[in-house]
Amino acid sequence: MRSRRLLLNKIVLILSTLSAVLGLVFLSWILITLFIKGISSLDFSIFTNDLVDGGLKNLIFGQFFMALIATIIGVPLGMMAGIYLREYGNSTYANIIRDLSDIMMSAPSIVIGAFVFAVFVAPFGSINGWAGSIALAIMLIPIVVSTTDNMLSLVPKELREAGIALGGGKHQVILDIILKAAKVGLTTGILLAFARIIGETAPLLFTSGTNSFWTTDLSNAFPSLTVSIYNLANFPTDKARDLAWGASFILTVIVLIINLIGRFLTRDKG
Amino acid sequence: MFSKEYLFKKVAFSSATLILIILVSIFVMLFISAKPAIEKYGFNFLTDSSWNKTVETKVPLTPQEIKAKKSSKQKINTEEDDSLFADDTPVLGGDEASDNEDSNFNIITKNIFGGFVPIIGTILSALIAMAFSIPIAMGIAVFLSEIAPDFLIKPVGTAIELLAAIPSIIYGMWGLFYFAPLVQKVFGGSQISLLTAGLVLGVMILPFMAAITRDSMNTTPDVLKESAYALGATKYEVVKDVIFPYAKVGIIGSIILSLGRALGETMAVAFLIGSVFKIPHNLTDPTISIPVVLANNFGEASGDMMSSLFFLAFVLFVFSFFTIGIAKFYFLRGRR
Repeated sequence: MRSRRLLLNKIVLILSTLSAVLGLVFLSWILITLFIKGISSLDFSIFTNDLVDGGLKNLIFGQFFMALIATIIGVPLGMMAGIYLREYGNSTYANIIRDLSDIMMSAPSIVIGAFVFAVFVAPFGSINGWAGSIALAIMLIPIVVSTTDNMLSLVPKELREAGIALGGGKHQVILDIILKAAKVGLTTGILLAFARIIGETAPLLFTSGTNSFWTTDLSNAFPSLTVSIYNLANFPTDKARDLAWGASFILTVIVLIINLIGRFLTRDKG
Repeated sequence: MFSKEYLFKKVAFSSATLILIILVSIFVMLFISAKPAIEKYGFNFLTDSSWNKTVETKVPLTPQEIKAKKSSKQKINTEEDDSLFADDTPVLGGDEASDNEDSNFNIITKNIFGGFVPIIGTILSALIAMAFSIPIAMGIAVFLSEIAPDFLIKPVGTAIELLAAIPSIIYGMWGLFYFAPLVQKVFGGSQISLLTAGLVLGVMILPFMAAITRDSMNTTPDVLKESAYALGATKYEVVKDVIFPYAKVGIIGSIILSLGRALGETMAVAFLIGSVFKIPHNLTDPTISIPVVLANNFGEASGDMMSSLFFLAFVLFVFSFFTIGIAKFYFLRGRR
């Protein structure tokens, strides 16, 4: 009886450890593949040529630029919404918004693309960089809301009381004390949100599309690294596939580095 | 006039309301754009497995048209065939030699759309993903919360979270060129199939599910676990009889939330599912899912096809909205 219990225990512990090993195997398999395929297709000309000349310069810039515009649009809105939920919203309404924001965070990104297409592409007759940025901003906002909400909840109540006792208005307390106290957490949250949207493909497919040429004009089809990876990977030539691997490698490195920076910032705060 | 305090509060309130506005406009815009298809096909759309299928319908000619036809018969016979069979052009039935009753009908060709195949493809691929990832995610969560020695918890946990950070298009590339050949070797069939799409989807949601499950398990009070150990329970018994019952609600929530994610995932599936409008009879058959239909056809679509695509997007949105909503409202309430 006793030995059967111990045996069963051992089997389960082994299976569970193997699951973790399997997870690590997948991670290393993907990373090693990317590294080998990516490095072999990378040479310096990739960073100096646009896609039309077999490089990735305009695509990397375009992906960054759209994610940046999305951040500029989305972060203030998301932070203000998060501030409302935590500092002002002690109501049913705030709870509903909080739940809706959580749902929006997991909404299918392709549907957000379809929505932005209907509002910002169809009326103008052509895909454009603004639509891509807005689609990314819609993905970003709920992430920032949730981060702000969580980080502000960690700020001790005493700080708020001290601020009020000094005679500050509520908005002064929020801006000068609470946001400063939560600065590191907020920065990390925004970095992670940025990392999440810069790797998105689905919301860009029919909003920004992609562009083989260098452009900074957001009212045209805008170069996108991820959309181009999708197109290149489906190309039948080896050269296009190699370029897709190179682009995938660069994208993953960017995303993982931003993630690691975010984690590094909060390493002492658990 | 207005104090800064007042303005600040108003701006904060408006930003929060923007979330409601965006969600409502997504519903409304998708519905309006899908309306032509909704009116045309109704609920049949959900059970009709034909996509872009050309059908011919006979429409009786009006007396005027019969007259017009008689006078134009000669002209038609001299024209090239190609010009007559263009899309959506009424083709006059019958010819001079067999002037029977058919000649009093117009044959109209039109394309009809149904969403059954992508709907089934979406559900099946998500179910395969769940079947693959649930046991492994539970194992990882148990490992991280109960088994791993302290020096391993952090690095393994971080590695699993990094797996979640990898963009979905990378999963697609890796799945297409490296994982699919392996799956084919083991299960046979074609590399591009429902099965490979489902499995890669499973690998993708694995870290997400494992992370939330672990967080739920970690909420179990140590006192409960220690009491069980003191009574002589093994680790497995503590997990099974103390932690799982305590964290049950959160674990079910994490599974449903992952299902919601799996339903809407596009890029990883787009590379692997095959994009064929056919109901799969075998796990190793290629088929298609809603996000992939949208990804592949949205750019060039117009008319009926466009509104049908919006119909599919609407179905997907409603579907995942309620799946995620159920997970949040019933199971993960108050947790983040």
